[in-house]
Amino acid sequence: MAGSGTAHMRDSEDVILAVKDLVVEFRISHKHTVQAVSGISFDIVKGETLAIVGESGCGKTTLGKAILQLPPPNSGEVIFDGTDLTKLSREKLRAARTSMQMVFQDPISSLDPRMTVSQLIDEPLSIWDRGNSAERAEHINKLLNDVGLDPDIVLNRRAYEFSGGQCQRISIARSLALEPRMLICDEPVSALDVSIQAQILNLLQDMKDRYGLTLVFISHNLAVVKAVSNRIMVMYLGKVCEVGTPDAIYANPAHHYTAALIDSVPIPDPTRSVPTALLQGEPPSPVNPPSGCRFRTRCPAASERCVVEEPQLREVAPGQFVACHHPRS
Amino acid sequence: MSLLSIRDLSISFDTPRGMLEAVRHADLEVPAGASVGIVGESGSGKTVLSRAAMGLLHGSNVRSTGTVVFDGKELTAMTRVEVRKNFGTGMAMIFQDPMTALNPVRRIGSQISEGMIVQLGMDKKKAMARSEELLSLVRIPDPGATLRKFPYQLSGGMRQRVMIAIAIACSPKLLFADEPTTALDVTVQAQILQLLGDLRRDLGMAMVLVTHDLGVVAGNTDIVAVMYAGEIVERAPTRELFASMRMPYTEALLKSIPKIDMPSGKRLQVIEGRLPDPTDRPVGCGFAARCMYVQPKCIAEHPPLIHDGDDHLYRCWFPLEKK
Repeated sequence: MAGSGTAHMRDSEDVILAVKDLVVEFRISHKHTVQAVSGISFDIVKGETLAIVGESGCGKTTLGKAILQLPPPNSGEVIFDGTDLTKLSREKLRAARTSMQMVFQDPISSLDPRMTVSQLIDEPLSIWDRGNSAERAEHINKLLNDVGLDPDIVLNRRAYEFSGGQCQRISIARSLALEPRMLICDEPVSALDVSIQAQILNLLQDMKDRYGLTLVFISHNLAVVKAVSNRIMVMYLGKVCEVGTPDAIYANPAHHYTAALIDSVPIPDPTRSVPTALLQGEPPSPVNPPSGCRFRTRCPAASERCVVEEPQLREVAPGQFVACHHPRS
Repeated sequence: MSLLSIRDLSISFDTPRGMLEAVRHADLEVPAGASVGIVGESGSGKTVLSRAAMGLLHGSNVRSTGTVVFDGKELTAMTRVEVRKNFGTGMAMIFQDPMTALNPVRRIGSQISEGMIVQLGMDKKKAMARSEELLSLVRIPDPGATLRKFPYQLSGGMRQRVMIAIAIACSPKLLFADEPTTALDVTVQAQILQLLGDLRRDLGMAMVLVTHDLGVVAGNTDIVAVMYAGEIVERAPTRELFASMRMPYTEALLKSIPKIDMPSGKRLQVIEGRLPDPTDRPVGCGFAARCMYVQPKCIAEHPPLIHDGDDHLYRCWFPLEKK
């Protein structure tokens, strides 16, 4: 798996973000390079939620950050609303970033501990000089109300006084302050308890509707992803394995890796049998990835061809694309 | 007779804000060889309960009442030195974060063999040879080379396997696993849970699995205790519990989990609100403020633990109907 290709790209006027052949590498010594993202392409239609799924180390966070040019990719294009972000000057890029914001995994450490909630949310507004102080205060109150916090209680408190779930609400309010068009959420609920997780997932859904957002949702939990996304992209070791709608992917995973991921999710029902065909071992090092298909070292269906030839994404069912020489039927 | 029995255990911490009641009147039995799950949200008292059961809570600010009997001996009456003799051979523990639980400046081999040298009086060479066997038992490829590595050279999943190897080194009768897979990926989580299940069966070891995820307890335990606000609010054999939940909290917790087989784009059910302040517990039912079925009696009176036969206990005035 883990191939390249562009068969899944859509030719539509509604495409808000198109990423083409993106490569991000980190040099760790004069001889070795971590190939974090190796030639990934995808697009997102306005109002869509794209979920990027994979194990730790598959490059999903790097990919999310590379969209925002944090840091800029080594090669490839990131076309947001008709503009290639990789070609923008520093100042223009800074302005372009106001319409794309990020929500991070650890809600507590991503907020400055010395700032009050009102300062935290005011910061982007004052940097971009949005309105006078009275207008800004009103906007901050509205944002806090929208994310389910009472401004009178929270405005003058600091991050350490809140629980993880409340901090994530504050982060979301802050990310919405400049009225972005796209939100990139990097594991926004994986540090939270199940009961709080559901609250935040519903909140993101509400904010998406209210603010007309397009979401990129990065997660390793397929069950969470199923609940929120319109389209799923499964990644392995810097490459795309499978792209499709949640229902198609869960009903008929075409890639062996996708199937293994689905099988690994614990099901709260003791009468279900425990999966026996689990994925063995761990992903190989991205410093020296396997030739051909990068998943072949753990794949139950690997053949000679997988060693020499890298699979390209192709359509196996309407709207479902897989990069595998021997897809599951 | 049970291997571990916790009777009417209450733990409080003396804090500047007042007495913090972390665990209240907990009763739990762990039969020899069984797997018991303790489930609850952050702050429900599940970790304090398991640490108290191991005899790990000390300090001038800890107040505890009740008894913990392990293997016929009363742990709560022992001195710290006596409790310590029990570690490794009687009970062992694996923690949530395998990154920080291992000593970063000592090699894996010396960390695994330490327990065997101290508790079993093994000589160093023999302990090292046994450590290598243990590493292959927890399915680490190339155990010989891993012995000489440092924790930073291993991935999270591998470190958790090393933690398990350390825990089972002196063949404990009971293994405490406190959120053993929370820091890990789903695929690695599935591998670690399978490994723990296999080891438990092969070694005849009992296990207490502490987690916030009902999905994890479903396939890996015989008995489940659900904790809320410091109390065990429902306890039953795992199959019985999932077949017929009586406590509205347990049901709400189950419903808030996104499930892989539910239709996509469906809104999740949430439990509104938060746990009550542990320094100021409500008079009535701890869950009353968040419960869908709340009645005046729930706010006024604290519900007792009720047995409904089938080893099923719950703490609710108006339980859900038995299915």
